[in-house]
Amino acid sequence: MGNLLTIFIAAVFTHNIALTYLLGMCPFIALSKSFKTAFGMGIAVIFVVTLTAAINWPIYHLILVPAGCELIYYIVFIIVIAASVQLVEMIMEKFFVVLQASFGIFLPLITVNCTVLAVSLFMVLRSYSYLATIVFAFGSAVGWMLAILIVAAINEKLRLVSDIPKGLRGPGIIMIIAGIIALAFLGFGGMVRIQ
Amino acid sequence: MAKNIKKLLRAKGFKVMMIGLWRDNPVFCMLLGICSGLAVTNKVENAIAMGAGVTFVLIFTALTISALRNFIPARVRIITYMIAIASFVIIVDRFLQAFYPVIREAIGPYVGLIITNCIIMGRAEAFASKNKITHSMMDGLGVGLGYSYTLVIIAIVRESLGFGTILGFRVMPDGWTNWVMMAMAPGAFFVLSIYLWITRTIAGVESKE
Repeated sequence: MGNLLTIFIAAVFTHNIALTYLLGMCPFIALSKSFKTAFGMGIAVIFVVTLTAAINWPIYHLILVPAGCELIYYIVFIIVIAASVQLVEMIMEKFFVVLQASFGIFLPLITVNCTVLAVSLFMVLRSYSYLATIVFAFGSAVGWMLAILIVAAINEKLRLVSDIPKGLRGPGIIMIIAGIIALAFLGFGGMVRIQ
Repeated sequence: MAKNIKKLLRAKGFKVMMIGLWRDNPVFCMLLGICSGLAVTNKVENAIAMGAGVTFVLIFTALTISALRNFIPARVRIITYMIAIASFVIIVDRFLQAFYPVIREAIGPYVGLIITNCIIMGRAEAFASKNKITHSMMDGLGVGLGYSYTLVIIAIVRESLGFGTILGFRVMPDGWTNWVMMAMAPGAFFVLSIYLWITRTIAGVESKE
């Protein structure tokens, strides 16, 4: 139990997937202009990441490894991810029309959101158990959402009050904000230790 | 000889390649492929390996998609691109494992993440699915090289400041204290944002707000 808590804390704070591993940056930059969109995207990512990791683990350990074809796990994982994104999209279209409208084209982009694939790859790399995988996936997604929310909130305020140099507007300034937040997150380092 | 070079410069394939190198540079104009761009640029050798891997995947995905462009049904095209890309990424991964295990160890999962590098998907969708094979391959080469040199520039700054070396050779004076932050995540953000600032000012790219 303590081990699972460690994995969770590590995934959210000390080994934050966005700010330490620099993953999921494309939607990060595109969507961190407004807090609301960032929030919706964060929820979608949490759902997709946890779901795909929960599906990918049994596929990898119960089908691919016994069959001796771990080699093709990239292809298998990406297909699972694409399919689950499609599912989420259909559910959203049906029940959360407003949210769907504010995402625009970004929901299909979850497929190419590196966070989703990365969590599944890390799961294999670190040979987590099934329960640990789910906790790790959930924690990573929560960490990603936390990071994008902080940056989006700062960015939203910053654009109202400051005169940003022309070339730095948009992605440049988001990157600088993210850098400063990443520095702050380094302060969590040493809190917990994972391999 | 000179005539041949002129002819080459005027050919469409070459123009397509040059556009990828500067005007439509994936990193600073289209802002694609940032994840791997940030994560592997702590050392120049990692950046070169990543750039080469992405270029390889880009060229051969372009070849595959372009050759099959009339046979892929529009409805399932995204997943088809994914499978094509994933297959070539597996080749890159195996190659690195066999010949450059040290680099493979260092950039580990990021090799697999070439699959989700939006550049490749973007080019397949925007260019290779509509153009001839040769032009698509040149486009892949141009965009790949544009991506690679950007990675290498960022990596040179980060490695020289963070480790005091470039490609393992010492470049900083002996009294230099390694600026550890540069090798870590915040350094990646800062260097890339400054790089974006400079190149966007020169290229005159304006972001729509």
